[in-house]
Amino acid sequence: MKLLAMSRNDILLFVGFVIFTLAGPIILEPFGAGYPDLLQKFAIFGIFALGFNILFGLTGYLSFGHAAFLGAGSYTAVWTFKLFSMNPIPAIILSTLIGGIFAAAIGFISLRRTGIYFSILTLAFAQMSYNLAYSVLTPITNGETGLQLAQSDPRVLDVALGRDYGAVLPSSDFFGLEMTGYPGFYFCAIFLIICFFIKIRIFRSPFGLMLRAVKSNQNRLNYTGVNSRPYDLSAFIISGMYAGLAGGLLAVTDPLAGAERMQWTASGEVVLMTILGGAGTLIGPVIGAGAIKYFENIFSAFNDTILMNAFSFLPEVLQSAAVSVTSLFVGEGWHLTLGALFMLIVIFLPGGLMEGFKRISAMIKKRMNGGSDGSASSNPTTSA
Amino acid sequence: MDAIFLQVLNGLDKGGAYALIALGLTLIFGTLGVVNFAHGALFMLGAFVAVAFKSILSLEQVTIDPTRMTAWGTPMEIRQPFVEVWFGDLGATVLEYSVPFAILAAIPTMLFIGLVMERGLIQFFYKRPHADQILVTFGLAIVVQEIIKSIFGANPIPQPAPEIAKGMIDFGVALGFDAGNVVYPAWRLIYFLFSLSVIAVVFAFLQFTTFGMVVRAGMADRETVGLLGIDIDRRFTIVFGIAALVAGLAGLMYTPILSPDYHMGMDFLVLSFVVVVVGGMGSLSGAVLAGFLLGILQSFASMNEVKAIFPGIDQIIIYLIAVVVLLVRPRGLMGRKGVMEH
Amino acid sequence: MSILSVANVNKRFGGLKALDEVNLNIEAGTVHAIIGPNGAGKSTLLNCFVGRLKPDTGTVTFDGKSLLGIKPHEINQMGVSRVFQTPEIFGDLTLRENVLIPAFAKRDGAFKINAWNSVGDEKDLETKAMDMLADLGIAEKASDVAGQLSRGDKRRLELAMCLIQDPKLLLLDEPTAGMARADTNDTIDLMKRIAERGVTMVVIEHDMHVVFSLADKISVLAQGTVIVEDLPENIKGNLKVQEAYLGGAHL
Ligand SMILES: Nc1ncnc2c1ncn2[C@@H]1O[C@H](COP(=O)(O)OP(=O)(O)O)[C@@H](O)[C@H]1O
Ligand SMILES: [Mg+2]
Repeated sequence: MKLLAMSRNDILLFVGFVIFTLAGPIILEPFGAGYPDLLQKFAIFGIFALGFNILFGLTGYLSFGHAAFLGAGSYTAVWTFKLFSMNPIPAIILSTLIGGIFAAAIGFISLRRTGIYFSILTLAFAQMSYNLAYSVLTPITNGETGLQLAQSDPRVLDVALGRDYGAVLPSSDFFGLEMTGYPGFYFCAIFLIICFFIKIRIFRSPFGLMLRAVKSNQNRLNYTGVNSRPYDLSAFIISGMYAGLAGGLLAVTDPLAGAERMQWTASGEVVLMTILGGAGTLIGPVIGAGAIKYFENIFSAFNDTILMNAFSFLPEVLQSAAVSVTSLFVGEGWHLTLGALFMLIVIFLPGGLMEGFKRISAMIKKRMNGGSDGSASSNPTTSA
Repeated sequence: MDAIFLQVLNGLDKGGAYALIALGLTLIFGTLGVVNFAHGALFMLGAFVAVAFKSILSLEQVTIDPTRMTAWGTPMEIRQPFVEVWFGDLGATVLEYSVPFAILAAIPTMLFIGLVMERGLIQFFYKRPHADQILVTFGLAIVVQEIIKSIFGANPIPQPAPEIAKGMIDFGVALGFDAGNVVYPAWRLIYFLFSLSVIAVVFAFLQFTTFGMVVRAGMADRETVGLLGIDIDRRFTIVFGIAALVAGLAGLMYTPILSPDYHMGMDFLVLSFVVVVVGGMGSLSGAVLAGFLLGILQSFASMNEVKAIFPGIDQIIIYLIAVVVLLVRPRGLMGRKGVMEH
Repeated sequence: MSILSVANVNKRFGGLKALDEVNLNIEAGTVHAIIGPNGAGKSTLLNCFVGRLKPDTGTVTFDGKSLLGIKPHEINQMGVSRVFQTPEIFGDLTLRENVLIPAFAKRDGAFKINAWNSVGDEKDLETKAMDMLADLGIAEKASDVAGQLSRGDKRRLELAMCLIQDPKLLLLDEPTAGMARADTNDTIDLMKRIAERGVTMVVIEHDMHVVFSLADKISVLAQGTVIVEDLPENIKGNLKVQEAYLGGAHL
């Protein structure tokens, strides 16, 4: 239980991560990403992808249904607001728990199969949840409209503590500190840091080693005296809890939950974040999540006027041609960029951005050493 | 009795679509060993061949008739599709039957698309892990659907069936039920028969040609066929082309039943994958059987009597069946041992 | 005292009778070799010991407990380790990690959420793992990824993975197949050392040199039945054995 029993590299990585996260608003300002709404998304989807990577990156099980846990977390949080309190803490605790319970049920069944069969099973469960959320579960989910707060919500805890929100629609607040804007970001950031810390511990632990062994050769693992199923299930549940927490935080920063958060394309998005950053790496998924949310934000904000200005240096004919080609990829067409990015990464950089960074830094090192030193020994246990 | 019969009928057209998509998916999987998440996009592309075909046919010649005036006092514009101007009644007929006639355009188009896809992308993924295949084809599916969206817009574009197929057929009378109890839209019956014939053609092709024999042998035992020195690569390309064509035709003929929009492919893809798994990965007859079976079960599940007992069952029936089948019979209804178990 | 006893075991694959009324007793502390032509059912028999296959009829008893219907990891936890015919290792992990995993399995049991400690803090097991790798002559590769090893080194690694568990019964399926002569001799020496520690071994082997330099007792399997079981010196001249091999025409 020695808290700092981490290798020097890990401590450096963690400290760097903490500094970067807390100073995010300043560091990302020059990139036009220094405003709270976007930063909150970075943190929340960072948590989602971190958790997904505990399952996919370590055990190799490719789930196509993790959005269901995120959605369940959001619904849970909004219900907690409605029934108990606008304080984010109970909402977060319950949504993490529900994410875990939900994952335990779905994982227990899905993990009876491996490979693509597992993927299809998780997909089937997520689609069932999504379809039900839109139909018979409307009393819980409020169907297409989505679950919202109402002035008339009971909020028993708040009432018991004499907290009265008056005639306005309340927003979540942490003992009076409203969970919007920067306070909202820092609230999420703290959870991101905690989640990252836990993930480092898991990655470096004997438990994490067993999970990596599952991915490498599950058969051998069983003949080595290890019961792999509970390991798989634990990883699944942990990643479900991360997803539930992320869903809860989404509701904290914006108390609203809709079924579209559970759709399988949303599950695909977290897969992409993880792959883009680098599956099986510690920090990659956060970078992947950040990159996607950042570009989504930038790209979808572009419109023809902006493009016209951007290409104004071109002759008129070329200008409109350039604008019409580019506009395919931005604004409404942002998904096209996303899909193309997805393909490019899988084709050319299966290890994700982290692999790219590693290659570049290896190249630079080689340059500096005059190409003499070829022993860039790759020790997977120390990779970030 | 007639209610049950009606539900079976209702399931057939959707079942046909599932079967056709699943057939291609499982063919690609069985021969190439590739999990193709872009297969739904091929279904959607087929549907948009029909859309494009019709909109080209509908290009209009605008003439002004100076002798007549509109209510606003401007000369009357007369709009007439070029095909009618040039070919008269024949042109009108082609326009009327644009959906079936689009098949002529779809065959080369879909084969070409399949060819480009296989040579340009899929062939590099034969040896990659299934997860990579899923991811890259998933990316491709998004790209394709976004391109279609930027060309044709986001809204569904209705494609009418030919006038004579718009009516209903009163089945019940022929079978001795009271008139009006079992009525069924003619086009959906046509779709069912169409899917049966496509399935029959594909099976006959695989059964009776040398090419088909090699493909079947390859599905049963890829390594041995490879060892025989048979040029597998070229055949793979053709198999992929066929699968693309089958999916495209399935989408094309489905347009009068469901107005095509850019994300119809994704909607069908997920279900078709479930169909493939239920039928058994790599089993052609399994795919067809499961396609119709699930189509029919889905239509039963949407009966009000059933929904009254199991609320929401229509929304989840297919997935539920998939879960049960995967747990009880991991290889699906007709799957072979050892396919994709790792 | 016999540590493993096999009685009347039958196993069919469709129309093929892979094991036909097999009876076998392995004495504790001995090296027992099973020889026989290809396809005789040797690997199938081992599969029945480790829970990969379940015999159609018959019993397999280890240490007084039946092994039938027990999961592979439970059998291993009872003290049975196995080296496979094609090396089964963790190809993406380093050699050190490959050996640490069975060590953890031995110490922590089949499942334990040990998620807060660092692998690096487990100094005892690390030392043990490195010693084991050194014992097999692959210590200098401890940080390499196992998938890149030569076939011979993969076998050594797999042996190390089994030995670190101090098994009561070690099953080896053709441990020297695909090895060069010098490597084979090294392996024989190694197995002798293991035998001296009192580990009971069942060895499937084609290489008669290996068999005769190691085995205390030899069973000859042909077409799913044990045709002879005897001491090595008596097997050498045995006509039935020669027939089995020549008839099998595979040697
Ligand atoms: N899982 C299986 N399914 C079907 N047949 C098998 C299976 N495993 C082994 N066999 C067959 O059983 C016979 C014995 O195989 P095996 O035990 O591997 O022989 P050995 O190890 O003695 O060479 C062979 O004919 C082999 O083809
Ligand atoms: Mg063998």
